[in-house]
Amino acid sequence: MKTALAAFFTGALFGIGLILSGMTNPAKVQGFLDLFGQWDPSLALVMGGAIIVGLFAFARGRRMQRSLLDLPMYALKKRHIDKRLVLGSLAFGVGWGLSGFCPGPAIVWLGTGDAKTAVFVLAMAGGMALFELLQPRAK
Amino acid sequence: MIIDWQHFTPWTSLAGGVLIGIAAAAYLLLNGRIAGISSILGAVVGFRKDEATLWRVLFLAGLILAPSAWLLAGALPEAGIAADYPQLVAAGLLVGLGTRYGSGCTSGHGVCGLSSLSLRSLVATLCFMGTGFATVYVVRHLVQAGA
Repeated sequence: MKTALAAFFTGALFGIGLILSGMTNPAKVQGFLDLFGQWDPSLALVMGGAIIVGLFAFARGRRMQRSLLDLPMYALKKRHIDKRLVLGSLAFGVGWGLSGFCPGPAIVWLGTGDAKTAVFVLAMAGGMALFELLQPRAK
Repeated sequence: MIIDWQHFTPWTSLAGGVLIGIAAAAYLLLNGRIAGISSILGAVVGFRKDEATLWRVLFLAGLILAPSAWLLAGALPEAGIAADYPQLVAAGLLVGLGTRYGSGCTSGHGVCGLSSLSLRSLVATLCFMGTGFATVYVVRHLVQAGA
């Protein structure tokens, strides 16, 4: 029960952070990605703010055997840099730039009932489903 | 490069970032998991069953309900979506496929990965930022300027 509540409230807090930061506004995201035009550096501060907190948390997490709710600490097994990582990330960036949406803010903004956001999220879920079909054992 | 001071929101963006960091920290330290949205959504789309299935669904529910929670305190900020429907479909497919092949997005690689000083995540972040910059350049300065 505690773990379920933790998951729900961390999700909600994450979403509120995204709204406050400005990342749920695709025009603002594209303003950040418009390095060669009128550049809005705001999103660098979003990442900076998140990483400052994250650095402490991940340094702490690394030294823990069990989580604070007594669960196994999920260890990231993948360490290598390969073609999949690079090509996948390059493709993601094209979609991000084209729409101004990355997965988190799109899911948050879906909660407003906006039609354009719903179309993006459906296509994104479709792309993920396609991945599952093409890579059935890649987890 | 010209700084767009008119749209620059240093304090709310920094504060939002700190909240995102606290949420990612809480998910790691409480549930022992990485708050990477594309991986969470990808596992739900793939109907993966394991001990984290319920948490993933609830984390996504929390994200979707965030605007409703926000409305209790005040009006939502605006969101400008310049892309048309065909562009949104193409972009969605690229984001969906790309984040799954690349094993992460802005949250998983950009926030959690960089926070754990992962070289793999640094490479991924530089890749999607690079094509993000390039794509907006093409859309705003070549296509729209030529149209």
